[in-house]
Amino acid sequence: MSLAKPDAQDLSKKQKLSVGLGVIGLFILVLALFNIKLPNSVTFLTLALSFITVGTILFANDAYLSKSKGIKNDGVWFKSISSRGTLGWITGIVLTSFYIVLYFYEGLLGAATDGGENTGLIALFDPLSQLLSGRPASQWFVYGTLYTIAILAFGYKFILKYRHNRYEQIRTISVMFFQLAFAFLIPEFMYVMNSDLPYYDLKNVWPLNYYNFEQYRIDSFINSGTIGMAMLIFGIVSIFVITPILTFKYGKRWYCSWVCGCGGLAETAGDSFRHLSDKRQSAWKIERWVIHSVLVFVVLMTTAVIYTYLGYDANKYWLTRDVFLFSVVGILTLVFALTMIFKRHELGKDAKYGAIGYFVIIMALVGFHLLSSETKLFLFKAETLRSSYGFLIGAIFSGVIGTGFYPIFGNRVWCRFGCPMAAILGFQQRLFSKFRITTNGGQCISCGNCSTYCEMGIDVRAYAQKGENIVRSSCVGCGICSAVCPRGVLKLENDSMKGRINPNEILLGNDVDLMDLVNQK
Amino acid sequence: MDHIIIIGNGISGVTLARHIRKLSDKKITIISAETDYFFSRTALMYVYMGHMKFEHTQPYENWFWEKNRIELLNAYVDAIDTDNKCLKLANGDDLNYNKLVIATGSKPNKFGWPGQDLKGVMGMYHKQDLEHLEVHAPNKDVCNRAVIVGGGLIGIELAEMLNSRNIPVTFLVRESSFWNGVLPEGESEMINRHIKNHHIDLRLSTNLREIKSDEHGYVKSVIIEETGEEIPCNVVGLTAGVSPNIDFVKSSKIETGKGIKVNRYLETNIPDVYAIGDCAEQHEAIGNRRPIEAVWYTGRMMGETLAQTICGNRIPYNPGHWFNSAKFFDIEYQTYGWVFGSKGKPDYEAHFHWKHDDDTKCITVAFHQDTNEFLGINTFGIRMRHETFDRWLTEKRDVDYVMNHLSEANFDPEFYKRFEKDILRAYNNQLQTVSS
Repeated sequence: MSLAKPDAQDLSKKQKLSVGLGVIGLFILVLALFNIKLPNSVTFLTLALSFITVGTILFANDAYLSKSKGIKNDGVWFKSISSRGTLGWITGIVLTSFYIVLYFYEGLLGAATDGGENTGLIALFDPLSQLLSGRPASQWFVYGTLYTIAILAFGYKFILKYRHNRYEQIRTISVMFFQLAFAFLIPEFMYVMNSDLPYYDLKNVWPLNYYNFEQYRIDSFINSGTIGMAMLIFGIVSIFVITPILTFKYGKRWYCSWVCGCGGLAETAGDSFRHLSDKRQSAWKIERWVIHSVLVFVVLMTTAVIYTYLGYDANKYWLTRDVFLFSVVGILTLVFALTMIFKRHELGKDAKYGAIGYFVIIMALVGFHLLSSETKLFLFKAETLRSSYGFLIGAIFSGVIGTGFYPIFGNRVWCRFGCPMAAILGFQQRLFSKFRITTNGGQCISCGNCSTYCEMGIDVRAYAQKGENIVRSSCVGCGICSAVCPRGVLKLENDSMKGRINPNEILLGNDVDLMDLVNQK
Repeated sequence: MDHIIIIGNGISGVTLARHIRKLSDKKITIISAETDYFFSRTALMYVYMGHMKFEHTQPYENWFWEKNRIELLNAYVDAIDTDNKCLKLANGDDLNYNKLVIATGSKPNKFGWPGQDLKGVMGMYHKQDLEHLEVHAPNKDVCNRAVIVGGGLIGIELAEMLNSRNIPVTFLVRESSFWNGVLPEGESEMINRHIKNHHIDLRLSTNLREIKSDEHGYVKSVIIEETGEEIPCNVVGLTAGVSPNIDFVKSSKIETGKGIKVNRYLETNIPDVYAIGDCAEQHEAIGNRRPIEAVWYTGRMMGETLAQTICGNRIPYNPGHWFNSAKFFDIEYQTYGWVFGSKGKPDYEAHFHWKHDDDTKCITVAFHQDTNEFLGINTFGIRMRHETFDRWLTEKRDVDYVMNHLSEANFDPEFYKRFEKDILRAYNNQLQTVSS
């Protein structure tokens, strides 16, 4: 429709200079990547990282502080970067390539081989790694550093963008803190304290942290004395105690948009792409099947992996294979039975079929195993399951697609379609949580801002225009639907379970007799 | 099988169609010449501002209509022959109905200003208006200045739209303060300041004399009535209110006044012909409401109501407590119950007004000065809960109760600063001043 380019979308001079500064910072990293010998890596690393950070900060200052407080979405669909334009595609391709190299060709980044020295980009980060933990950098250290800087710098930008909204500010400070402290600094310091401990980002809960219970980690937890055992116990407690309690009280947002690193990056660096998520009902159908399949996959894989190594050395682990396997079966049966008994009327038809189908498959696999003398649990070798999960889900889905495709599919592709942790939290949020997004009586004007800016692709408006609270598995509680609503219709709340789901045919404001007649049928 | 034809695919007609479908198997056809699919008119501004694409303003996916067997017809109705229950379409076709519902909404007012039909002069109501604006005001190089005539909700939205593309705006408002026919003085003045803070050239008590043309029939400038000042501009937005879009009805036997005359059952003088939404005019106003209610919410309510009547349960249009909302640049506005500006304020209505120092938040609470009954609230910059006020109005709470329980009605996001204590303190102080 637009005949001429909307002019207001051009960057101001200050913004152009800020972008330039950031690009110089990135350019230094590219120079290092191509193995160009930089004379002093401390200086150049400092310059690169500070140019990127300062560039982002100056850009945000000029973009938001010069304007009044309020929603800042002008021109979002006109800008090339945020509307799948040329810049968006270029960014997507560069990010995707970066992830492919990171996961599969770390040598290109300069990772040391056979005890040699790092070169290239990774060597540039050696001084920082030496400073923090006294060892040379790895590709994961480089990635972690850049990841943390992205969350901090773009978190600052996000805070300015929403400087009228304290929920957004506090939430963003929280993800910035958890990334910097839990994901980045604490594991490095723990290594300094005890180099036998495995890298452990304590906020990274299984099954997002799908490798947490693999043998090498369990062994090093056990071998590292009290602190190691404490970490192992914390890992188990986070799944079975902390997560259910917090999700019951606050919904899955306590994790997905307040703590999680994937969510942290999505909410900060990914914020400019949130509106690109697919809102169609067909996308929702695909989402439900894919994410729950990943969950089943990770449960099977983890069970098989643990089961396998429990048999290697029966004296080392107090848990025996049979006790473990029957515990897993017991927990799954309990969850399945309770859901079917108490919540079946809240499940859609496909959800029931899916739940029954997957339950039967898991039980059948366990049954096969018990009736056969094969060493393979679940038809496949545990190692095959583990490596395929790591490759397909851990690398391709969460990294390459999940983050690389931000500018094309939106910032929460992984969280929405792939994350098994989100599936578990969402399951509880939908069925057993006090959290909901309340709609404000009859005030909705169906404008569509809420749906457009929902990064999880929820058609928020479909509920709001019926005066129905939003109770959806996938909602991460980012609060942006509420923020962009021009009529004050949406509010994230924790309240009682009763009356949480409340579809209305006739909205508040009409004839009270008509409301009674139609709504209570 | 009954064939229900609805002319107009706005919120009224679409709500009606959805509810008829829930209640019955009748054949339903919606006719519109504006767009193929229902969209949210109130969201058009966000398309120009780049917040959304046009398809995002469509509340239902395109498969929805076929799935629910609601036929959509892109056509223009020229005339209605009620004797033969037949519509004459502009493309020459005839279309028969069993029941006809007219839900054609509004059109922008034009008051016979010289030059009001020049190129670059437009309202901001239809999707086509948006397309014109995109042609005439894509950026500040093509449109050096825009002049908006008429200080209502559409006028301020148009100002916000143009402002989002850095196009300088002169905003001519006939009244002495923005929208003060509706808003009490304190609120109206706060919005005046807010408009000016966004670098809009706001001219109060100012009327348009004429719009001048260049040699190609495009807008060149406007002349101010009071001063004779000439303001060069490329676009003129006419936003001096709307009136029912019913020209095509006038040749029929359907009774019209300003709008299509309907009784409380939304029936016209002709059997099986109904009118709902902006284009319907009640014979007698309902309570404090206007005979013509050009509001999203009332259109929806009329649709909800008429579906019952058409499906055999004849009930009157009997709306509950008044509510409305809007957004003035960055300031959200909600109202529950009745709060009048100085114009039309009943003698018994007294006000308590509180304004925050930051000049972006205020409330006005209206109450009966003799009985102290709570009558309504206007709230700016603080979200409040519809359900709570609806209940308090039904329970006829007095103003003291409302002021002391205001926090129950708060609907702001979590962690927002709360102002109920400040408000209550101001309220109690004011009472002391009055009584001493």
